[in-house]
Amino acid sequence: MTLAAAAGTAAHATTTTAAETHGFLSPTGVEIAFLLVGLVTLGAAIITVTTRQLVHAALWLVVALGGLAVEYLLLTAEFIAWVQVLIYVGSVVVLLLFGLMLTRAPIGRSPDADSGNRWVALAVSVVAAAALVWVVADAFRTTWIDLDGAPSGSTEVTGASLFQHWVLPFEALSVLLLAALVGAIVLSRKAKDGAATGARATRRDSEGVR
Amino acid sequence: MHLAYPAVLSALLFCTGLYGVLARRNAILVLMSVELMLNAVNLNLVAFDAWLSRAAEDTLHSGQALALFTIAIAAAEIGIGLAIVLAVYRNRGTSDIDRLRDTAEGHDPDDPDSDATGREAPAPRAAGEKAEATA
Repeated sequence: MTLAAAAGTAAHATTTTAAETHGFLSPTGVEIAFLLVGLVTLGAAIITVTTRQLVHAALWLVVALGGLAVEYLLLTAEFIAWVQVLIYVGSVVVLLLFGLMLTRAPIGRSPDADSGNRWVALAVSVVAAAALVWVVADAFRTTWIDLDGAPSGSTEVTGASLFQHWVLPFEALSVLLLAALVGAIVLSRKAKDGAATGARATRRDSEGVR
Repeated sequence: MHLAYPAVLSALLFCTGLYGVLARRNAILVLMSVELMLNAVNLNLVAFDAWLSRAAEDTLHSGQALALFTIAIAAAEIGIGLAIVLAVYRNRGTSDIDRLRDTAEGHDPDDPDSDATGREAPAPRAAGEKAEATA
């Protein structure tokens, strides 16, 4: 069955019977889009964790996070999608690239990007994936999200619920962000101005140890 | 939309991140994999919020609020994590977590020590170069 035929039958099914009879084999257009973007996202994530070029890993992470932003849009969570684009794609990946450059990561292929226990890790993750997918697919086999009607995640709705019900956690989070800011500055500053004297001291220390 | 689609995608993304955390050696790549795991959790939160806001008429929108909190905490985590990785790199000259075995148990104390000093030798030089470069 081609995708177009599937979409046609899906549209037919959704127009005739509203929300009662969903079928596994009659995906709607949103589901097909979700599936395709999800495949791209998963592929980019797998390349991110398996590539041997460190900078390419960060760039494939951009693809994975951007794909997730599209998935949020498909789930009608607009605000979170744009926050995802701003914070993850905009700042976290840039921070990671800065970290890669500051630790002088090799630009080309680095053969030791994966550790020796890669096969154990692969076995653990495959077993975890099989168990999780089995449990989740079995638990939510008959559950459908109703995406019609007013979007549940527009900026207005999210902002209203955030500032009506979640004000205290929001403020606590701002304190946490401040603490993280101060902590990051302290961590990187101490090494910086201690570099001139501290490097000499550690050299003397290591020579003394030796 | 069938709820299994986002749930299964989220589970698979989480396990991809799990593999990355377990298999990678560079600390920054481990942080990237942690980001993947956090994003998988976010996808779950958003999907279940979209389901429950209709099915259970949830007006709290707890899933979306928690997803926003997770994004903010992930931003804080990546900042602190990178600062720690950079501090370790300045002190040890490497960001390879397989070589940071000072607190490992069950090893011959001579072996990691000689290994550590052997690895540490370029570290002060690198820090000195950096200090000269910034001066």
